[in-house]
Amino acid sequence: MANKVKIYSTPACPYCIRAKQYLKDNNIIFENVDVSADAQAGQEMIEKSGQMGVPVLDIDGRIIVGFDRDAIIKALGL
Amino acid sequence: MLDLIIIGAGPAGITAAVYAARKKMEVLVISRDIGGQAAWSGDIENYTGYQFISGPELTSKFEEHLRKFNIGLHENEEVLEVKKAQAVNSLLVKTNKGSYEAKTLIIASGKRSRELNVPGEQELKNKGLTYCATCDGPLFSGKDVAVVGGGNSALDAALQLVKIARQIYLINIAARLSGDPVMQEKLNQAENVTILNQAQVTMVAGDRFVSGIRIKKDGQEKALPVQGIFVEIGLIPNSEFAKELDKNEFGEIKVNCYNGTNVSGVFAAGDVTDVPEKQIIIAAGEGAKAALSVFRYLMQH
Repeated sequence: MANKVKIYSTPACPYCIRAKQYLKDNNIIFENVDVSADAQAGQEMIEKSGQMGVPVLDIDGRIIVGFDRDAIIKALGL
Repeated sequence: MLDLIIIGAGPAGITAAVYAARKKMEVLVISRDIGGQAAWSGDIENYTGYQFISGPELTSKFEEHLRKFNIGLHENEEVLEVKKAQAVNSLLVKTNKGSYEAKTLIIASGKRSRELNVPGEQELKNKGLTYCATCDGPLFSGKDVAVVGGGNSALDAALQLVKIARQIYLINIAARLSGDPVMQEKLNQAENVTILNQAQVTMVAGDRFVSGIRIKKDGQEKALPVQGIFVEIGLIPNSEFAKELDKNEFGEIKVNCYNGTNVSGVFAAGDVTDVPEKQIIIAAGEGAKAALSVFRYLMQH
């Protein structure tokens, strides 16, 4: 079954770019939420992760803060 | 036993690894992340061969180059201690995940953001307090924020926030700002920036998230209600784990022109060293030089 993957990011954040690239390289379909353009999504991200740093990944409800490759691999079962 | 352990995977560490792999050394790279400060850079316009490339793009290129070779790479691993091992000509590296021995070492662990060292900072990290305005700035749309620092990075952060935040307090410990005059002019023209010189941060306040910052100015303590704090007070070398090495007053590892340190078999390269000028291209060059010095050292020992 495909994973439901959402990434909360800002356009200029280096680790957001790296995280998105990593997902693309692994053929993972994901929804990108630009929290700089969507304040409500930003609030949602803060509530989900309990912090304000980007990127935040939501993989099937599992929250990963930052570009943590090991955690992403684990959550996706890669 | 491994020929070489490289600590750090920024421009210096990755270049060293590529050179070492081409010399057929057995190498292990241990690093907290890939790219180091280069990954955090916005636009890079002075790395020869690329008239323009972003930090993340250049980092991807470095990583791609590294992965072309069969090099052991431990990411997300933090080095806690390096010292001489019991065996002759052998060095020990202890990390948060294990310990490793090698004949030689290249320390290319770079620099990290300097912290404020005040109460509340550790608890509220990423909870309104950040060291990357480019990354996290957009989350503070319409909010009141403080930028701490007076150099180029601080002024750059403040200028980025001018268009995002409601009110910006620039908290500078010195009598005047030290960043580029062009940037100072732009800040002076902005209507939502208050510059507080000779002001020292004493505390970061907040429960779940940042709710304020306390400063000392003109002998008086003052509280500013802000939801965001951007710390831009320079960098410090990641050299604490190398206790036996000679360092300069800034904590940078002293190296000779062959990248050798005061301990035989231990080399260092890039921003963590006392080599003047911290640039991506210089770090990469130093990494190459260190790997070639290691190669020569291994031939002799």
